[in-house]
Amino acid sequence: MLEDKDRIYTNIYGFETADLSAAKKRGDWKDTAKLIKKGRDWIIDEMKKSGLRGRGGAGFPTGLKWSFMPKDDGKQHYLVINADESEPGTCKDRDILRHEPHKLIEGALIAAYAMAADACYIYIRGEFYNEAVALQAAIDEAYEEGLIGKNACKSGWDFDVYLHRGAGAYICGEETALLESLEGNRGMPRNKPPFPAMAGLYAAPTTVNNVESISVVPTILRRGGDWFANLGRENNAGTKLFCISGHVNNPCNVEEEMGIPIKELIDTHAGGVIGGWDNLLGIIPGGSSCPIVPACDCDDLLMDFDSLKAVNSGLGTAGLIVMNKSTDIIYAITRLSKFYWHESCGQCTPCREGTGWIYRIMERMVTGDANIDEIDQLLDICSQMEGNTICALADAAVWPIQGLVRHFRDEMETRILEYRQRVA
Amino acid sequence: MGSVRKIATKQPTEFKFTKENLKEIDAILKKYPESRKKSGVMPLLDLAQRQHDNWIPEVAMKEIATILGMPPIKVFEVATFYSMYNLSPVGKNYIQCCTTTPCWLRGSSDIVDFTKKHLGIEVGETTKDGKFTLVEVECLGACVNAPMVQINDDYYEDLTPEIMKDVLEDLASDTKREIGSQTGRVNSLSSAGATSLLKEAKKAKITIQDGDK
Repeated sequence: MLEDKDRIYTNIYGFETADLSAAKKRGDWKDTAKLIKKGRDWIIDEMKKSGLRGRGGAGFPTGLKWSFMPKDDGKQHYLVINADESEPGTCKDRDILRHEPHKLIEGALIAAYAMAADACYIYIRGEFYNEAVALQAAIDEAYEEGLIGKNACKSGWDFDVYLHRGAGAYICGEETALLESLEGNRGMPRNKPPFPAMAGLYAAPTTVNNVESISVVPTILRRGGDWFANLGRENNAGTKLFCISGHVNNPCNVEEEMGIPIKELIDTHAGGVIGGWDNLLGIIPGGSSCPIVPACDCDDLLMDFDSLKAVNSGLGTAGLIVMNKSTDIIYAITRLSKFYWHESCGQCTPCREGTGWIYRIMERMVTGDANIDEIDQLLDICSQMEGNTICALADAAVWPIQGLVRHFRDEMETRILEYRQRVA
Repeated sequence: MGSVRKIATKQPTEFKFTKENLKEIDAILKKYPESRKKSGVMPLLDLAQRQHDNWIPEVAMKEIATILGMPPIKVFEVATFYSMYNLSPVGKNYIQCCTTTPCWLRGSSDIVDFTKKHLGIEVGETTKDGKFTLVEVECLGACVNAPMVQINDDYYEDLTPEIMKDVLEDLASDTKREIGSQTGRVNSLSSAGATSLLKEAKKAKITIQDGDK
C-alpha cells in the first residue's frame, strides 16, 4: 500500500478548502520559477525519466508526447487540458478540479513553458458546473497573485489560462473532437495526420493532456523523476487515482501505487465486494471501454497497464466497475452499448450504424429473444467496426461486447434457450 | 445516435441578450483570438439558455450568429449536437437521472421509477405545473457516489428513493438543500471513513477506519 508521504493529492477528498492560501500550505506553487528556470530540456527529460504515462486512458508517455512539439519555430503553440471526464466508471478528474485546482494550474504553467505554449485552454465537461466555478476561482486567484499572466511567477514567461465549458458530448474527450468543439464546431474527430503537435487548435502546434497527467507534474519535478519512477514497476510507474464503483461496500476514489493488487485495492479502500470476494462476478477495470475481467482472473491481478493487457483488458482511466454475482451481466454490458450508440458522433458509417446494430441485438440478448448464431454475428459486426473509423469510439464500443462473449458466452446461450422453452 | 433534438414548434419572435449578458459576452470573447470568435458559440448558447428559462429559442441562435459573424445554420448545427442545449421548454427543475452501468448497479432504476411515480410523469415529460422535467442521461462522472441525479447545475449523490423524495419535496417548496452527497458522506471518501491521508483526516476530524489507526 502506498504510504501517505508518497501521495501527491493530499486534498483529494476536500478535507480542506481549495483556495490559494490552503494550496500553498500544502506545497503548491513553491518556487515554481526555479523549476521553470531549469529549462525546457530539463523539464521534458525529467518527465521522461519519471515514466509517467498519460492518465486519460491511452497511456501514452507524457514526456515523449511533449517532445513532439516543434522547437524554436517562433510560432504560437497551445496546451489544451482535457477535463471532459465522461468515461463511465471514471470520476477522478472531478476531485482534482474541485479540490486541487492549483495543482492543475501550476502544472499547466510548467508544461506549457516546456512546450513554448503561452496559452492554455482547459476544456471541462459542461455538467461539471460547480467544478468549473471552483476552477475559475482558482484561475482568478492565480492571476491576482501573478502566478499566471504576464511574467508568470516572475519566471519571465507570459502565460494565460482560459476555461471552456463543454455541453454534454462524450466524444469531445477524443482530443481532436475536443479541438473541433473548442473552435466552435460539432465535436467530430479529425483525420490524423496531421497530429495536433503539428496542427492542432487553430491549426497551431498543440498538445492535449489529461487533468491528472498535468496536475502530477509539479510534484514529480519537485521530488524528481526518479522518485516517481521508483513507485510501481517498470513501464507502469508512479501513483494513480483509482475510482472504485459498483458492488463494493464503500465506493470511493483513492490514490494508490500503480500495480497494487486489485483485491487489495478493493478490500483496503472500498470495504470489499458486497457479499465477499467469493461473490465477485467480474470487474471492468479501467472505465467502460475496457473488457470485463472475470472473477477467476482477479485473485492475483495487478492494477497496471501491462498486467491488465495480459488478461485482454486495460488500465484505461483506472475506473473500476465492480460487479458481484447478483448482476445481470448481459444487461450491464447492454447498457454500455446504449451509451456508445448514444454518444457516437455519426461521422463514420461503421460506428454510426454499428453501435445501433449492436445495441439492438444486445437488447434481445437481455431477454433471450435471439438466435444462438447471433452471438457470432455480434462478433462479426465488432470486427467490421474495430479499426475502421476515424477515432477509437467504435473500438471502445466493441471491446465490452468482445469481453462479454469471451467470458460469458454460456450465459448468453442459456438465456436464449430458456427464452425458447418459455415461449414454446 | 441520440443527438437528434426536439425543437419547440411554438417559438418566440424576439430575443435580445440583457445588458449584463452583453458585458459577459465581451468578457467571453476575450478568451479567444480576435479572428476566432466562433469559439464563443458554446458559451453564448449556454448564456442564452440561462437567460431564457433553460431553453434556447431559434431567434436566440440567430442573434448569436449575428454577434459571432457565423451563418445561423452553423449555430443551429452546434446547438443540435450537444445534449445540454434544450431546444424546447423544460420544467423549472430539470432532473437528469444517470442510468449508465455504474449508477444502474447501485439502483438508478429505483430512482427513475420513484421519480416517475412521485411526479406522475414519464421520462421525457414535464409536470403540469411546470416545476419538474425528468430525463434519463448518460454517465455524469460521479460514479463512486452512485446513484445520482443532476438537477439544473447541481449534483445530488448517494441517493435512495426515500432521499429522492426529500430532494423533490424541498425543490417543490423552494427549500434550500445541500448539494453533493445526501448521506453526509465527505465527497468521494469511503463512507466508512479514511483509509489514507490519515494525518489530514485527523486534522479535519474525519473518522479513520479500523486497522488504520
